[in-house]
Amino acid sequence: MSDSSVLFSSSCGKSVPSTPHGRTALGVAQADEWLNGGLRRDGLHEFFAATRDDGGAAMAMALLLAHLSRQENRPLIWLRRGITLKMQPYGPGLHDLGIDPNSLILLQLPDWEALLRASTDCVRHGSAAAVILEIQGHCPLFDLTASRRLTLAAERSGTMVLVTRHQVQPVPSSAHTRWEVAAAPSMPLPANAPGLPVFDLRLLRQRGGRDGLHVQLEWDREQAVFRTPLLRSTSAFSAGRAADQRRHRAA
Amino acid sequence: MMLADARAQIPELQAFALDSQTDHFWLTRLALACELYTPMVTLADPHSILLDMTGCFHTLGMNEADLTTDITHRLQRRGMQTRTAWGATPDAALALALYRRNHPHELPVEALQLESDTHAALRRSGLTTLGDLASRPRAPLAARFGTALPTRLARLLEEEDPHITPLRMPAPVWVEKRFPEPLALVDTLLDVIRDLAQESEITLTERGQGGRRFAVSLFRSDGHVAQLGVDSALPLRDPAAITDLFRERIASLADPLDPGFGYDMIRLAVPHCEKLEQGQPKLTEQADRPDPRPLLNRLAVRFGAESIRSFRPRNAHLPEYAAMLAPPDSAPAHWPDRVPDEPPLRPLFLFDPPQRVTVMAQVPDGPPRLFQWRGNTYRITFYEGPERIAYPWWKHPEGHGPTRDYYRVEDTTGHRFWLFRHGLYGSETDQPHWYLHGQFA
Repeated sequence: MSDSSVLFSSSCGKSVPSTPHGRTALGVAQADEWLNGGLRRDGLHEFFAATRDDGGAAMAMALLLAHLSRQENRPLIWLRRGITLKMQPYGPGLHDLGIDPNSLILLQLPDWEALLRASTDCVRHGSAAAVILEIQGHCPLFDLTASRRLTLAAERSGTMVLVTRHQVQPVPSSAHTRWEVAAAPSMPLPANAPGLPVFDLRLLRQRGGRDGLHVQLEWDREQAVFRTPLLRSTSAFSAGRAADQRRHRAA
Repeated sequence: MMLADARAQIPELQAFALDSQTDHFWLTRLALACELYTPMVTLADPHSILLDMTGCFHTLGMNEADLTTDITHRLQRRGMQTRTAWGATPDAALALALYRRNHPHELPVEALQLESDTHAALRRSGLTTLGDLASRPRAPLAARFGTALPTRLARLLEEEDPHITPLRMPAPVWVEKRFPEPLALVDTLLDVIRDLAQESEITLTERGQGGRRFAVSLFRSDGHVAQLGVDSALPLRDPAAITDLFRERIASLADPLDPGFGYDMIRLAVPHCEKLEQGQPKLTEQADRPDPRPLLNRLAVRFGAESIRSFRPRNAHLPEYAAMLAPPDSAPAHWPDRVPDEPPLRPLFLFDPPQRVTVMAQVPDGPPRLFQWRGNTYRITFYEGPERIAYPWWKHPEGHGPTRDYYRVEDTTGHRFWLFRHGLYGSETDQPHWYLHGQFA
């Protein structure tokens, strides 16, 4: 066994049953049908945080999809601008979410130019299962050309590229799919404790496919799958109302 | 003699202010250039450089006389006046050079560097050279002149070797290559580095280690020494990979290498080694799936090794100390077991520092109902807590900080936060502050 497999060893890959080759299924039939089987593993996918407070949800979604797409102990690389951010990734939180922190490599870069250069290197190299770019705020350097470059590199090397954007309106890009991610109310546990994380996803764009998919996904760490939150009269109603409220606020 | 007197005698005399700092700087540069001969180089007073040549003549292909000529010649070319001497101990060599003697027995008693009273007393007793002292029993000397005398005497008479402490600690692994003709082409430099890396691979494999840092010293024939260093993200000993890192490093130099009249010697040192047991897989074994390590090493050279981090757990009580970002390691870290069938109990992101928030609660020591942060109001629908995390009083017996009560909360729109109340209401504080410490997925 080589050193690299010791370094990045963890259990993974069992959660992707019977999906078309090269796609990561979300695990919910309606969504997977819409996406022709799931998200391309050699594609670029964008996750826009719906509001200022949804940056964490968008990042979690990208990390979980990267985790589900991980095969053969390939590492995940997470690039962020390190110095200025007050929100620091927290290892125990990643572990609690079901992502093996040992599989993640964090690259903290001084500026956007360095981040984009490093990400192109990572994607071209092809040794990582997924490369996650965390881009907060306005970033003129990440334009159509930059995303096209990453898309081509991803297709060639078979690396999944996940870009999360906070606090910014969608701009043209060559992403295969583009999502708007928001946190959604969870199904409370006994004694009204917050339950499993639930995400509210809207498909804004799909290259060569339909957009407009709106789905809520609950992440089950024990099974390592997404599923539709179970229907319950009160919380389903409140969830719908909350989503409406958010839409009103965004509008 | 005063400067004015000297000027009166020699009108064209030029005077310079003594600048001991610059002298020291210059001497240090010369000393580092002397690493060409041996890694054991140090400075000594007054204005001396000590070289420990033990075991170095074989690799140099010189003898003592050749070396003296070589050093004197090089320094004279730069307009330096030198005195050289050989001794079996550093003290003896230094004293012989200082007093221009050929044998330690000829040294005056002042070479002992004791107090001037002692020197005067020795001279009055008719003991003017170390040769006079050498044959005498040491115990009466110690009784009469103090215990420092026999120690100094033994060192000057080459009986006891205190060894020198080198200016720079020699790296645990280093290899070097000397050239009969100075090497003037930068292009061939990488070939030399590859050869050196191949040599170092043998030593590193024997030790079961890999290098985390590699340093190349380029000794130019005029005494200039250029240093190039690369850090690798993971322990490394593969010559091709090491050469690639140096290729990257040389390409990214702000001012390119100037070989001048050529390099006399190139040394590759591995100052920082770490355990690397197994043989590295060759590229041919992993044709379909590239190894991530070359990528990480390249990124380390380009963006600095400190930009590459991995997550590590720490055995600490306070949440902000329970994990850290550390350089990637080849051994996977062991994370504490998760609580089964529970949602994540720790947030994905931690705020550093915790964000101060305004909280409304029904009772001062009760759960939060509503909080305000960055001008927004968050109405809490679900909560779990408190999870009480005490200040680590067992580590700080005298200073006792406030206890934290953590709540996992969810607001109406589904955002999940980690809040804590700083201080127990009533016993620790009357107006506890609230902080937002993290955000869940």
